[in-house]
Amino acid sequence: MNYLAAIKPLIRKSRDNKTIVVCSSILLLIAAVALIGPLLSPHHYASTDFENPLMLPSASGWHLFGTDDLGRDLFVRTLLGVKITLFVAIIASCVSLGIGVAYGAIAGYVGGTVDAVMMRAVDALYAMPFIFFVILLMVVFERNFLLIFVAIGAINWLDMARIVRGQTLSLKQREFVDAARLIGVSTPGIILRHITPNLLGVVVVYMTLTIPQAILVESFLSFLGLGVQEPQTSLGALVNGGVSNMEGAPWLLLIPSIVLAVILLCFNFLGDGLRDVTDPKKKT
Amino acid sequence: MSLLEVKDLSIRYADSAKPVVQNLSFSIEAGQSLGMVGESGAGKTQTAMAVMGLLPANAITSGSIRFDGQEFLGAAPDVLNRYRACRIAMVFQDPLTALNPYVRIGDQLRRILLEHKICKPPEARERTLVMLQRVGLPDAERQYGVFPHELSGGMRQRAMIGAALLGEPDLLVADEPTTALDVTVQAQILGLLRELRSQSNSALFLITHDLGVVAGNCDRILMMDNGRLLEEGPAKEIFAAPSNERTAKLIAAARRIDMPTKTSPLPDGEAPIVEVDNLSVSFRERYGSGKRQLHAVWPLSFKVAPRETLAIVGESGSGKTSLVKAILGLIPMRSGTVSYAGKKLPGLVQSRPNNIRRQLQMVFQDPVASLNPAMRVADIVAEPIIIHEPKKKKAEREQDVSKMLRHVGLGMELRERFPHELSGGQAQRVAIARALVIRPKVLICDEAVAALDGTIQGDILQLLQAEQADSGLSLIFITHDLSVVRQISHRVLVLYMGRVCEIATNEQIFKRPLHPYTKALIQSVPVPDPNAKPDDVPLAGEVSSILNPPAGCPFHPRCEYAVARCSEQVPALQSVVGGSVACHRANELDLSY
Repeated sequence: MNYLAAIKPLIRKSRDNKTIVVCSSILLLIAAVALIGPLLSPHHYASTDFENPLMLPSASGWHLFGTDDLGRDLFVRTLLGVKITLFVAIIASCVSLGIGVAYGAIAGYVGGTVDAVMMRAVDALYAMPFIFFVILLMVVFERNFLLIFVAIGAINWLDMARIVRGQTLSLKQREFVDAARLIGVSTPGIILRHITPNLLGVVVVYMTLTIPQAILVESFLSFLGLGVQEPQTSLGALVNGGVSNMEGAPWLLLIPSIVLAVILLCFNFLGDGLRDVTDPKKKT
Repeated sequence: MSLLEVKDLSIRYADSAKPVVQNLSFSIEAGQSLGMVGESGAGKTQTAMAVMGLLPANAITSGSIRFDGQEFLGAAPDVLNRYRACRIAMVFQDPLTALNPYVRIGDQLRRILLEHKICKPPEARERTLVMLQRVGLPDAERQYGVFPHELSGGMRQRAMIGAALLGEPDLLVADEPTTALDVTVQAQILGLLRELRSQSNSALFLITHDLGVVAGNCDRILMMDNGRLLEEGPAKEIFAAPSNERTAKLIAAARRIDMPTKTSPLPDGEAPIVEVDNLSVSFRERYGSGKRQLHAVWPLSFKVAPRETLAIVGESGSGKTSLVKAILGLIPMRSGTVSYAGKKLPGLVQSRPNNIRRQLQMVFQDPVASLNPAMRVADIVAEPIIIHEPKKKKAEREQDVSKMLRHVGLGMELRERFPHELSGGQAQRVAIARALVIRPKVLICDEAVAALDGTIQGDILQLLQAEQADSGLSLIFITHDLSVVRQISHRVLVLYMGRVCEIATNEQIFKRPLHPYTKALIQSVPVPDPNAKPDDVPLAGEVSSILNPPAGCPFHPRCEYAVARCSEQVPALQSVVGGSVACHRANELDLSY
């Protein structure tokens, strides 16, 4: 109820902001095509066709983006890549949102020793070299799709927790929190009803900025061959495959790269737009 | 020809149709003082900004502003700069934001002289030092080299006035120059302005919401409301016989400290509802390698009876807010106990049982900040019911909320609003509704009306008094405004640097104060009556730093009656008829007037 109330003016202002409208429309369109497109195409992402490897994009035979070195349809594979990339990014962001907001709000509101211990734990995790951490995970637990979520979530929530904690520290000084304590609201009640709804603006903005970060990390891992497994694919894995055929079939590199770039740009612009909208000092 | 002539001035902003100033005409003669008075939204600051050429770019203006024959509206910046500082200068409301935090005070002033080529560099330093001395910064050599944050609010405003007067302007525009300051410091600053004007014969355009401030300092008055001029005339005439209805209302709303109190008498002999015993508050601060205690409140005791209003007064830094926060359990106390209806309470609010928590409620100074920005009015008022009467059905609760909102004078159309969509007065009513909806026995108001306009202050005070008469509420009212104290309190507690100076009945405090500090506070309040000529500044100096409190009586460095003993021994609180006082010379001094 409170959350809805807090987000409503945000939505109203967002509708007047061109950047937000354009970027979110493009993203929704890409997501819709990624969901529906594979159903319409005659090809399956895993079916190989050794007769026709490295075909140029053409309408005949419905190889809209051409085929890769195993003759698999690039159009369907790109859409699968988009689906998996967005999925990873959104799940990872939700994980970071859930853990980060709860962790940060509790540390910030309770304060004192609890805060100190919780934030030192965050600092310790920060100090861990991320890539080594991921490679270690992969070596110990074998390659696993779930591990990517764990790995990306594990770094993203640290930033979120720090930001939320900082905001909570300033919010809890505000008089409405004192007023809530006086009327008898319990500590969980204050955090849930009074602190977190007021964090929403910052959190929404930060989340749209962590999504591209998660996408990049996933692409990076897939590029290194640590990400998703064949025949599944992600945009990062596709770019990786494109690099090895760069000289003979540049479209294998270009098409997934362009799609990836468009998605990243849209999320970044969306984050910028939302930041403008939620900044009370800036008139829109 | 007038020095400043404003004709048909209208100001409007590009994004709104409603003008903020409409067809305003007035003039200021050389050497005259003109006061512009009005509540918030009257267009006062906009007018001042227009006169100084400081309106933002999206302001649309029409009419004319002529200074000494030169048109100011639409004039190029370099034309305006020929007049600024040397002919016309401004003092802003908040001296902290008006001064550059990175530049030493002396350099800021010196730059004005150099920038406007008023004098050559070697002479500039000399003139700056002389000016700092003139505006009452003691030890000008040292103050020359300090940064703005190292000065107190009053000292900063003195420096600001010094900066404005450096070029010996013909017209000084002062926009709420004393609003951010304590009454005692306000009296000092107003006294300084009077003194400087008598020496230099410059004209003054004084903008304020406080009729008391203009009454003693201006020859003529402009009454403004909603961007329009209500009435203009000599101060005496307007105060004596306002011809405009709205003006009359504004003048009537100005409370006067010399008016009789409006409280109903208390029944005798009732057991106190709140008892504060030996309560003290201190903060620990890192000091060098170790830590030290800063005493915000020294051990003090008092009682509040049912239906009583106890006012707590003192300058900023006197420990008022720390005291009530400790009573409510929002901050820990260092020693002492708080009892409610004879029962000792745990120190912190979290550990107090809910049925007692509900009895002690608070209304804060900034009404908008005390309401959760993400909650609607109806939810804000309903929350205490949900907590304390969880069995109540939703329909019943809604009814209670509606009843409460009506009770505090709010329409049903406000139920679904968010706090930022309310005016200050409306928001404060919502805050009061939230506190009263669980029927507390004690309501603590921390400067609850200080942020509101005069007429709205009156309404809120009336609401609280009506509530007290209806339900037997006890009020603890923190304020720096003694005219509010006079109007609503039964007893008054005067705090200075965390120590009680005097506790006494309202009558006694205002008729026969026993502590020199009490008397100084009362005399500092400007009276909205042009015939009551302001006295000389009643209290010099400022509150000593809590980091370095004076030995003996904390007030002795500022006390005109201080004797040797005052700097050696802290006076004990001694009982007298109708109260107690902590002054070594209470028995020998006669402070009544």
